[in-house]
Amino acid sequence: MAVFGGIVTLIGSVFLLLGALGIVRMPDVYNRMQAGTKATTLGTLLFLTGIAIGQIECMCIFRILILILFIIFTNPISSHALARAAHHIGIPLTDKSVTDALADDESEKEGAV
Amino acid sequence: MADILYNTSAVIALIAIVLAGYRSLKGPNVADRVVALDVMTIISISLIVYVAALAQRIIYLDVAMVYALISFIGVIAIARYLERGL
Amino acid sequence: MKIFKQRILLLLFLMLFWVLLTSLDRQELIAGGVIVILLTLVFFRRAAVFSDFQITLKSLIYSIAYIFVFLAALVRSNLDIAFRVLNPKLPINPGIVKVKTSLNSKTGRLILANSITLTPGTLTVETKGDYYYIHWIDVSTQDVEQASHEIVSKFEKYLEVMFG
Repeated sequence: MAVFGGIVTLIGSVFLLLGALGIVRMPDVYNRMQAGTKATTLGTLLFLTGIAIGQIECMCIFRILILILFIIFTNPISSHALARAAHHIGIPLTDKSVTDALADDESEKEGAV
Repeated sequence: MADILYNTSAVIALIAIVLAGYRSLKGPNVADRVVALDVMTIISISLIVYVAALAQRIIYLDVAMVYALISFIGVIAIARYLERGL
Repeated sequence: MKIFKQRILLLLFLMLFWVLLTSLDRQELIAGGVIVILLTLVFFRRAAVFSDFQITLKSLIYSIAYIFVFLAALVRSNLDIAFRVLNPKLPINPGIVKVKTSLNSKTGRLILANSITLTPGTLTVETKGDYYYIHWIDVSTQDVEQASHEIVSKFEKYLEVMFG
């Protein structure tokens, strides 16, 4: 049982590492956010689940469950708030980008006023 | 065997923190730094839970929970500040 | 009557969290939890997290199905991100597209936005009225209808039944 938990934890830590690697490699802040949010959510989920499986005899499983739920719910919200703020203060998308519908709509509205 | 697996994953998570810290030092603008900091705090939560399991102290899980709360509120506050000032 | 039902649902939900946080073996903790939650419900009349949740058997089944759909999407999005990050050429084709949702309830929209953020290659940037602006890591279409069909519809199907 403990070995199984260890394997799950190891997979989770690999996803955490991939998230950090994505943060270093991606070209602009929105792509970094994509890598950071997704990989760390699943990585933390697996990491904590693995530890809970390894420590199944103690009463801490429910607390770890609450921690996992909290992270799943709040991680996308904080990245959404940050992406919105970044777009609002005008941090540009990378040169590879194809389209930016939000900037188009905003400039259209300003033109109308 | 299980101990080796757990310790290896903790080391990998530490490497991830170092990588994210590189981005947070280098990041060209403030949003990059905040994203990197967010990732660092979430990995730290995992490591706090690992330490709780290592030391067999349930009370450390409360530390992780409060840390998650504070990091979430901190990121939201920084986003608000960037958007329209405090 | 409907409001009363929602209050009971919220009370049960908060009680579940309280019991998970503490434990069931101390009677005074449970009594204190009940008192504090009742006071919370009295003083914060508008604190209705589940004001939109439909309490029917069908919506319960759809909620459970939704959890599995969501977890599958989370795993797929992580594998997707892993392949993109590990590929030395970094195959991305990013952009912000506009999609339309037909959900009416606020909670449903919140959960939809969160789910979009955790599914393959998409990140909600801004919401305005019925429209979401989504950063897509691999833009395949710029048309609103088609993008909505590709990103939103698989979750909307469930959330429509759950939240109406």
